[in-house]
Amino acid sequence: MITKVRAFGAFWYDFVIGDDWRVAVGVAIAFALTYVASRATTAAVWWIVPVAVVVLLPLSIHRVTRHTKS
Amino acid sequence: MSGSALFIAVFLACIVEAVEALTIILAAGTARDWRSAITGLFAGLLTLAVIIAALGPAVSSIPLGGLRLLVGGLLLIFGLQWLRKAILRASGNKALHDEALIFQTELAAAQQAHAERRGLIADWYAFTLSFKGVVLEGLEVAFIALTFGSNQHNIPLAAAAAAAAVLLVTVVGVAVRAPLARVPENSMKFVVGIMLTAFGMFWGAEGAGAHWPGSDAALLVLIPAIGLYALAMVALFRTKPVSVPVPAGMATSQGGTH
Repeated sequence: MITKVRAFGAFWYDFVIGDDWRVAVGVAIAFALTYVASRATTAAVWWIVPVAVVVLLPLSIHRVTRHTKS
Repeated sequence: MSGSALFIAVFLACIVEAVEALTIILAAGTARDWRSAITGLFAGLLTLAVIIAALGPAVSSIPLGGLRLLVGGLLLIFGLQWLRKAILRASGNKALHDEALIFQTELAAAQQAHAERRGLIADWYAFTLSFKGVVLEGLEVAFIALTFGSNQHNIPLAAAAAAAAVLLVTVVGVAVRAPLARVPENSMKFVVGIMLTAFGMFWGAEGAGAHWPGSDAALLVLIPAIGLYALAMVALFRTKPVSVPVPAGMATSQGGTH
């Protein structure tokens, strides 16, 4: 039973989070920052998520290519 | 613009996953038992329909702000996964997706497995191989269609895009009775990754309280900007000369899930 529950959890983890959890965490932080900033200021906050993507994508790729090369 | 983008994103994502599911079903049917493989296909489609029917009303009942944040976040995570793998393939850091090779691998594995009858299923291995292929490949597309559709208030259009893609792959698959190795999957995945990322950013940020300059027109900048950035990543991480992916239908090279 426990094995099946674990397999079920592992499936959904893999489905939603994928093979780089840092990307999911980075996306969550970016949206949280946007949410907080949009309520704390009247300044534009739309740029926070694009900046996060610009940073997260190469970092995630670099992590894979570094492992591949080593 | 949003309606056509919705159709294109769901259609391309569905084509890619349907082609992959077809390869698995062909392997199960060719190596084992066609009736069991096709039963697995319909059982898989039925399971997906039940999941969509259960999730659809639940997703639609979430308030728009929360829905956009949740859906945008998930689409962005999915989009970055698709895009990262597409960039890794295009830059030579990951093997290109090759349906012909996958078919041969699945075929060899299916031929070695022992036959086992369970109830009405003559070949349990062929049934489960086919069933898993359909459910696993289809689940993400079902989610993409559901979330895109509910966010755009146009689930019928998303469903039509998905149905058109499945129908197209089915007709072509039945006609050629071979893996659809010529479908430019790698390029299509590249485009799907760009669109999921763009819509995920747009909806997610809006759901979090941001206001995009130009409102919906911001997508006209976001989509090409992400595309150019992804191509720059391909150039940056390239390890050997490979063809740079371009929109579906123009590439010559090809590309599991994502």
